[in-house]
Amino acid sequence: MTALPHTAVNPDQLLYPYWAEITQIKPETEGVGSIWLRFEDPAIRESYRFLPGQFNMLYLPGYGEAAISISSDPQDTKGMVGHTIRFVGNVTKAISRLKAGDVIGLRGPFGSAWPMDEIEGRDVVIASGGIGLAPLRPAIYHILHNRQKYGKVLLIYGARTPKDLLYPYEYEQWRAGGIDVQITVDRADETWDGQVGVVPMLFYRFRLDHQKSVVLTCGPEIMIRFVIYEGLARRIPAERIYVSLERNMKCGQGSCGHCQIGPYFICKDGPVFRFDALEKFFNVEEY
Amino acid sequence: MLNNPTINSTISLPKTEFDTLLAALRELGYQTIGPRVRDESIIYTHIEKLSDLPQGYTSKQGPATFRLVKSNHRRYFDVIPGAQSWKQFLFPPRTHLFTVEKVERWDIQPNAEKPPRYAFIGVRGCELAAIEIQDRAFLRADFHDPVYRARREGLFILAVNCLHPAGTCFCASMGTGPKVQGGYDLCLTELEDTFLIEIGSELGRDVISRCQYEPASGFLQSAAAKGLERAAGDMGRHLSLDDLPSLLTDNLELEHWDEVGKRCLSCANCTQVCPTCFCWDATDHTDLLAHSTRRERVWDSCFNPQYSYVFGGNTRPTIKSRYRQWLTHKLGAWKEQYDTFGCTGCGRCITWCPVGIDLTEEIAALRKEAQA
Repeated sequence: MTALPHTAVNPDQLLYPYWAEITQIKPETEGVGSIWLRFEDPAIRESYRFLPGQFNMLYLPGYGEAAISISSDPQDTKGMVGHTIRFVGNVTKAISRLKAGDVIGLRGPFGSAWPMDEIEGRDVVIASGGIGLAPLRPAIYHILHNRQKYGKVLLIYGARTPKDLLYPYEYEQWRAGGIDVQITVDRADETWDGQVGVVPMLFYRFRLDHQKSVVLTCGPEIMIRFVIYEGLARRIPAERIYVSLERNMKCGQGSCGHCQIGPYFICKDGPVFRFDALEKFFNVEEY
Repeated sequence: MLNNPTINSTISLPKTEFDTLLAALRELGYQTIGPRVRDESIIYTHIEKLSDLPQGYTSKQGPATFRLVKSNHRRYFDVIPGAQSWKQFLFPPRTHLFTVEKVERWDIQPNAEKPPRYAFIGVRGCELAAIEIQDRAFLRADFHDPVYRARREGLFILAVNCLHPAGTCFCASMGTGPKVQGGYDLCLTELEDTFLIEIGSELGRDVISRCQYEPASGFLQSAAAKGLERAAGDMGRHLSLDDLPSLLTDNLELEHWDEVGKRCLSCANCTQVCPTCFCWDATDHTDLLAHSTRRERVWDSCFNPQYSYVFGGNTRPTIKSRYRQWLTHKLGAWKEQYDTFGCTGCGRCITWCPVGIDLTEEIAALRKEAQA
């Protein structure tokens, strides 16, 4: 499952970033925006590849680094990498104040990827909440590019309110590409005539073939937990449920220790895990 | 004097010749670092000559207790060290990585300082094992820490067999001492008038060949062996490893975790004195105009609340959860990560815990509850 990533990291210099210019900042929802980066070094621009689910460490000198998953299309990079960021911390808030033409540092890509090859031929359930859709969008793009390689594809996505839904302008394209896109919100407003309820509840609406289905999930930890329950309850085995986890990260190389959970360094052994690897301690509080 | 000391042979170096050995190391370009008395404790710092070492001292150690004791003996290596370990030299508590300057654009200047070449004088079995454990964390097949590697590759190790363990020692349980298990350039056993020295490397052989040494008699060798045997039975603590790591990794929800969580202050002392703890953070130090940023790597600890902070909260908000993380890592998950325990039985975490939490007792208590 863990493809060893191509790593745009200078191995002889700890935490050395490559510089990249912000080509575009696109506001997405309240407090969330996408920034597009273009490496200054043409050689890196040329060689940089990532897999769906991987992340980069973005560095703003004076503020520090933040681990941000890559949200753009892995196949169609045009020399650019996209990140959808929730501007909530020191580093990300400072990034939110930047503008096109500014330069920031980037290390990566790091971590494991969604098992796009391994799940070929299967029905794919993508269950996601809030900003958790960002690391899954590259997987969605991959499926759209290779639609015939997968069975039924169902995207269940939810946000707190209709205004918090990420990438609403792409849902129609995804539907047209053969993905059943199901959107739900926790709290509706006057603009909303769609489904209301939390993401795991949407599992009741669909008949999933447990022999064929895989689940890919990312979102708030509580949502992930219940998505897994719903998957397991439908006899989808833990070996076919994949989760992407988040922890504090400083290095991205399994060295600084922060992101550990049990025997794993989430930055190196994850962030994407097959659920059976986590089963033993996933429900242990505060572990 | 003999002409050709060979690797793996043992020679006898009169104590009067030890300064020659230190001088030889300096001639080869090493900074000689060893134990010294300071502030009623022992630190590791520069030493020039044998008389810099803590001759005639021992240390009395127990949970939350360290007392340096002046005794009648004349030996130099009898005192079990204090809070410091060799970790601070290979994995410095604060390292300047690079400076980023903004002129037209960001420009990186690496820290061009030449990494120091150290000769460690007096590395105990537990401490050498700790260095080898950190090697596994910092010198992986897929990731080499350049700061650590530069210091480690230039390192000379003069190890010391431990003849008088302290009250918090349990290296015999961990299989790391009191006899040094290898990985040294030279390994010394201190007898009354001489140092018995095993030569472990070509470099060690070279250094010894610059000194006036003598053959090691069978009498001296058997005296050293007897001393080591006695030391193995003199451990202040014992830890049974039979059911580790599963005792910890399978029992994350025992009540005893709450109990120890009430005593632990989450002060991070144990992780700072631990010779294997490797967690670090990266920090930026910026001038007022935000034109120049100095990026540093500093030690961190799983006991710091910020350590596991992500937006939305702290993954380990309680002291209990942090202590559990530390212990289940050290003697649990570490095994799966690095094929070794993260503990060498040096006892520092017991001695330097301000409330005297003793991991050997905590493991025993967890075991008792798990078996109940």
